[in-house]
Parts: sequence; C-alpha cells; structure tokens
Amino acid sequence: MPAPAPAPSIDTVIYAELQDAAGAEFAAELVVTFLEEAPLMLAELRSALADGSAERYRRAAHSLKSNGHTFGATALAELARQLELGGLPADARPLDVLDTEYARAAAALQELARG
Amino acid sequence: MAERNASDAVARLLVADDNKVNRLLLTRSLELQGHRVACAENGRIALGMLRAEPFDLLLLDMEMPEMTGFEVLEHLAADAALRDMPVLVTSSLEGMAHVVRCIELGADDYLPKPVNPVLLKARINSSLEKKRLRDQQKELVRRFATSEVAQDLQESGFALGGRRVQATVMFSDIRGFTALVESQPPEETIELLNTYYTLMFDAINSYGGVVNQMIGDGLMAIFGAPLPLADHPAHAVRAALEMVAMIEQFNVERTACGKAAIHIGIGIASGDMVAGYTGTQRRATYTCIGDTVNLAARLEAHTKVALRTVLIDRAVRAALPEDLAVEPLGAVPFKGKALAVEVFAVSTEA
Repeated sequence: MPAPAPAPSIDTVIYAELQDAAGAEFAAELVVTFLEEAPLMLAELRSALADGSAERYRRAAHSLKSNGHTFGATALAELARQLELGGLPADARPLDVLDTEYARAAAALQELARG
Repeated sequence: MAERNASDAVARLLVADDNKVNRLLLTRSLELQGHRVACAENGRIALGMLRAEPFDLLLLDMEMPEMTGFEVLEHLAADAALRDMPVLVTSSLEGMAHVVRCIELGADDYLPKPVNPVLLKARINSSLEKKRLRDQQKELVRRFATSEVAQDLQESGFALGGRRVQATVMFSDIRGFTALVESQPPEETIELLNTYYTLMFDAINSYGGVVNQMIGDGLMAIFGAPLPLADHPAHAVRAALEMVAMIEQFNVERTACGKAAIHIGIGIASGDMVAGYTGTQRRATYTCIGDTVNLAARLEAHTKVALRTVLIDRAVRAALPEDLAVEPLGAVPFKGKALAVEVFAVSTEA
C-alpha cells in the first residue's frame, strides 16, 4: 500500500486571503521577513530548552504559532501550539520535528511568494 | 479615500507587538484603512510613546518581553491621563481566562490573531467613535463646569443628591449694575461682563475656589467642595482681596478711556452645608445649599448698607490668620434669621 500523500504545508486559501487583504507584493515581503525571523525563533526554542527556561520556550513557540497561522502554515502552527502548551520537553526531539515542518513550510512559502 | 466622511478623520494609532511579522502586517492593514501608525516592540517602549505623544488608540499584543500587555493595561488604568485610551488587544493567547482578564483590565475588545481585517476595521471604527463621544463629553463638561467639578464627576460619577460638607461660600456682584446697563449699549455691557468674569474666575481659581453660578452680574463660588481644601475661609478672603485689587486695576483702564469705574460687593460665610448635583438627570448643576449659603448671600447684599466691600461672618473671622485686618461691625438682624448675626468687614487696604 502506498504511503498517504503528505498534507500540504501551506493552506493556500489562507495565503490568498493574506494577499487579498495586504496586497500580493506586501505578502511576498512579509514572507521574506518571516523567513528571516523564524530561524531566530527556532534557535530561541533550542536555547531556552538548554537553559531550562520554560517561559522563554513558551514565548518563542507562541510567536511561531502566531506567524504560522498568518501565512496558512497550519501544520507548523499546530506543532508550535503543542510546544507552547506542553511545557519543556524531556529532549529536543519535538524541536527536530518542528524544524522539519518549518523547512517544508518555508519552501512552499518561497514558491508562493515568487507567484 | 473617497468613502471616508467627515467624522472618519485620520486617527493616530500605536501598534505594540514584539513579533516583527505581526507588527508589519497590522501596520499595513491599518495604513490601508487610512490611519497613521507608529510601532513599539514591547510594552515598555509603547508606554513611553503613549506618555510622550498623543494617540487615538492602542493595538496591544499580550505576550511581549520586558513589559507584557497585561502590565501595560495596568499602567494605563493607573494613569489619569491615559485611563481613557481605547485599547484593542490582539493576541493568540489560548483560553477565555486571558480574554476576561484583558477586558477586566480595561481593554475595549479582544481580537484573536491572525486578525481578520474586516473585523479589525469594524472594531477600530467603533472604538474611535466611542473615544470621540467621550472626548466631546469631556470637552462639554470642561466648558460648562469647573475643572474641579469635572474631576469630581470623572472620579465619582454623576449622581443627584448631596453630601454634608464643611466649606466656605462667596457671593459677589457689581454695585449699581442696573444703572450701568441702562447707560451704555448692550454690546459694551457684554464686553464688560466678560472681562469682569475673566478677572473674577482667575482670582477665585487661583485660591482653589470654584465658581458654580453666574447670574447677570453676580456670581457664587465655593471653597472646599467638591474637592476638599485646607483653610478654605482664609483662601476665600484672600481671593476676595485679589478680586478687589483686580477691579481697581480694571478701573484705572476704564477711567483712562472715560468710562465709569465699577465697584463690587462680596459676602463670605463658612460652615456646614449640603453640596451636590441638583436638577434632573439631563441637566444638573453642582451647588451648595443651607443656612451658610443664605448667610453669604445676605452678607453680600449688606455691603450696600454697610458701605464696605468685603463682609464675612464669625466663622470666617475665627479662621483668619492675623495678617488679615478685620473690623467688627456688630450684630445685624437679617431677614430669615431669628438671631442677629455678627458681621465683620475685611480691610481692603493693600
């Protein structure tokens, strides 16, 4: 039996709404900003985990969730939400999962932004 | 924008959000709606900007480093100048408890992120409209009431009915005003009254008094209510002396341009009275009533008989410091008073 196709990383309806509301050009610029900012949030998550700071960990996850929803990166947002509400994990495995999903979402967003 | 009408003036908004994507997107949405937007990266910066320059509305994120949105709301509520600033919270915090806490802390509304642009526009317009009405109301109160009454209204709210206070009441009017009115064109009388009131308000306010009634050429002022004032009898007498001095100055100008000098009479009494808002729910004034108030009015009328400018009762006399010279005029029987009242004249010699 073939593996089920992976869910699309970006909800294109949501991204189209963003383009409608803010303008396609602005949406593309916003994607660039997100791709600059998101790696900082992912790094902050790892650093907070290493320092044992539940508060910084929660805040970084919260920020990533919020931005995920903005661009229609629903799966990324849902993973970030679980981290936000779940407290400090025992190890970095949830962050590896998050990184993978971010890479997928980032690639799809770049594609969409290019129009 | 063509569809904007006159009441839809451009508003100045502040966006406080630590997340750059959120900040840029909100700013973009608001600018597309025709507003002017400034940004702050955390609560502390936002609070500093709100204190430094005027804004019409704050869009506030909750999760921020250095100072959270909750702390910003607390600071705003404690700041008399910023208490009425409309705040729309934009947040993706989970749970109804956060929403309730924001509203309890004084936020106008709570918009979940990502913010729907249509909802955002509706909420902002409604908040700005509410602020416009509030500003208008404040301006009306400012124009038609004294700042003390306005402050009392803002802090205690409006309720008809009185409370018992210890205060000092002053009545003042222009001697021979009727003859003056008949001798000059009405425009000149209005101008005279405006100057007269400006001078009298200035003197009374500078000693902590509140002018609460103006009738023709007469006025009534209260010292010690609605806001308490230490040494209110002495403050009232010093205000009276200032009024007399100002009228003398004014007379120098008047006689220099060939106009008749004007003279005032002032009566002051101190003691128990009932102060509060009287009238109806729609139209009310702040005033004081009681024997003390009647006595002050009688003393003012008696200045014509006694040929003195400032008359006071025993309670005011007893509270005056020694540097104010006072002359006892003996007991005077007043209409409506069973016993004769001791009357004192305050020396108006500088």
